[in-house]
Amino acid sequence: MTALAHAVSRGALALVPAQGTPVRVHHLAKTFGRLAVLQGVNATFQPGRITALIGPNAAGKSTLLKCILGLVRPDAGLMHVGDDTVGTGADYRYTIGYMPQAPSFPGHLSAREVTRMLIDLRGDGATLDDELLSSFELGASFDKPVRTLSGGTRQKLNAALAFLFRPRVLILDEPTAGLDPIAAGILKEKVRAARDEGATIIVTSHVIAELEELADDVVLLLDGAVRYEGTLARIAAEAGEPRLERAIASLMLAERPRP
Amino acid sequence: MSTMRKILRYELRDVGRSRAVLLYGVLLLAMTHAVVYFGGGGARAVLSLLNVILIVVPMVSLVFGTVYLYGAREFIELLLTQPLGRRPIFAGLWCGLTLPLIVAFVLGVSLPFLWSGSLGRDLVLPLALLLVSGALLTAAFTAIATWIATRFDDRASGMGAALAVWFLVAIAWDGMILLVVATLGNLPLQLPLLGVAMANPVDAARIGLVLALDAPALMGYTGAVMQRAVGLWGGLGLTILALLLWTVLPLMLARRRFEGKDF
Repeated sequence: MTALAHAVSRGALALVPAQGTPVRVHHLAKTFGRLAVLQGVNATFQPGRITALIGPNAAGKSTLLKCILGLVRPDAGLMHVGDDTVGTGADYRYTIGYMPQAPSFPGHLSAREVTRMLIDLRGDGATLDDELLSSFELGASFDKPVRTLSGGTRQKLNAALAFLFRPRVLILDEPTAGLDPIAAGILKEKVRAARDEGATIIVTSHVIAELEELADDVVLLLDGAVRYEGTLARIAAEAGEPRLERAIASLMLAERPRP
Repeated sequence: MSTMRKILRYELRDVGRSRAVLLYGVLLLAMTHAVVYFGGGGARAVLSLLNVILIVVPMVSLVFGTVYLYGAREFIELLLTQPLGRRPIFAGLWCGLTLPLIVAFVLGVSLPFLWSGSLGRDLVLPLALLLVSGALLTAAFTAIATWIATRFDDRASGMGAALAVWFLVAIAWDGMILLVVATLGNLPLQLPLLGVAMANPVDAARIGLVLALDAPALMGYTGAVMQRAVGLWGGLGLTILALLLWTVLPLMLARRRFEGKDF
């Protein structure tokens, strides 16, 4: 990664226009024991787009995200985040903001200390999004120990941390789970704003209506392989179903082996 | 400041504020105070403490370490998604877990001796060895807890393994040695059994401390063999070496697993 790109990704040069950082996955395979979770996954997540990664339980969504994040090492295949190849170092993660599904923070630290810890670890240049914090009404909770915060407040902190470094790639795993409708709406607006600024956004959710509202593109995983990749409009047209949920169900039924 | 030290700084705050660590320190303080007050201080107090510490320190280090590491799993994942190497994250986590337990132990055990004024010159070596052994036992058993937490993904299996390790080293090991001695007592087993005793960190600490206290009645079979074979200072050196090995080896295994692990 160049020094300039590094500085941009860390927010140190916020005035430099964000460059697109596509995430490309080529022939990705991962087996746990005898279970082939990913079987030659090919997908591209485009900058300036919100891509919904969907599929039934055990389709390989979490494993794919964890491979991109470097938490799981694939058996085969290549991944690129922008110009960086995943697996050759940790620097590419400067570009990534991650919002895990089940956030867990050191319980005896305050939300402020958790935030400070991540800023200290990643270096200078990160600033808290005051607008996001105030709209989430997190200010009053910011100096309380995390263990005393409600699940919803922890999820708000989780969201604030994902946006902390102005990431060019955002990976959001069930982002609105546990959030009240107002906070969920604020978060969706924030995600759309990041998309409009050119960020590459990958989002998973079991609430298909939410993805329909938020996403531009869909990557459908079935049995560890990509069965559909394209726009929301195209999947609806191909399946002959106007609603995303029914379109996905239609594609999944078509994939089922006939008795 | 290095990544490891940054993680350590925040881990120390988190673990140091834990009520469990505070309670551990206060319990050790109360126990030591009671032993010093009612036992009259001196070598007898250290000996009384020794037997309790050899049971309590491994158990607390193993159970607290395992519970803490499984509880921190999602946060460890979040740390791993940052642009940081796995090695400094691992080192920061282990040090942040171990140091507060060592501080609680050292303060809990040493303060009553200091404020009661019962720390005579003859007690300096045994008490120092008690503190060093306790600190090394803490490090060894948090290292084992770390290995367990990286080895078993399932929390229940990890907790079961931690309790099994504690039962083996703190309770069952001596029984097995006695059984071997009783069964094969006519064979020249002295040196092999010394090796077997040193292969258990709890026994290694016990032998070293009993040697330092020069208490033949408590020395037991392996202690007497060691005193004859290598003398006091040789025995103390072997004890420290065994405890250091019991810290370094599990830690190296745990680090290797952590660096290659899928989270």
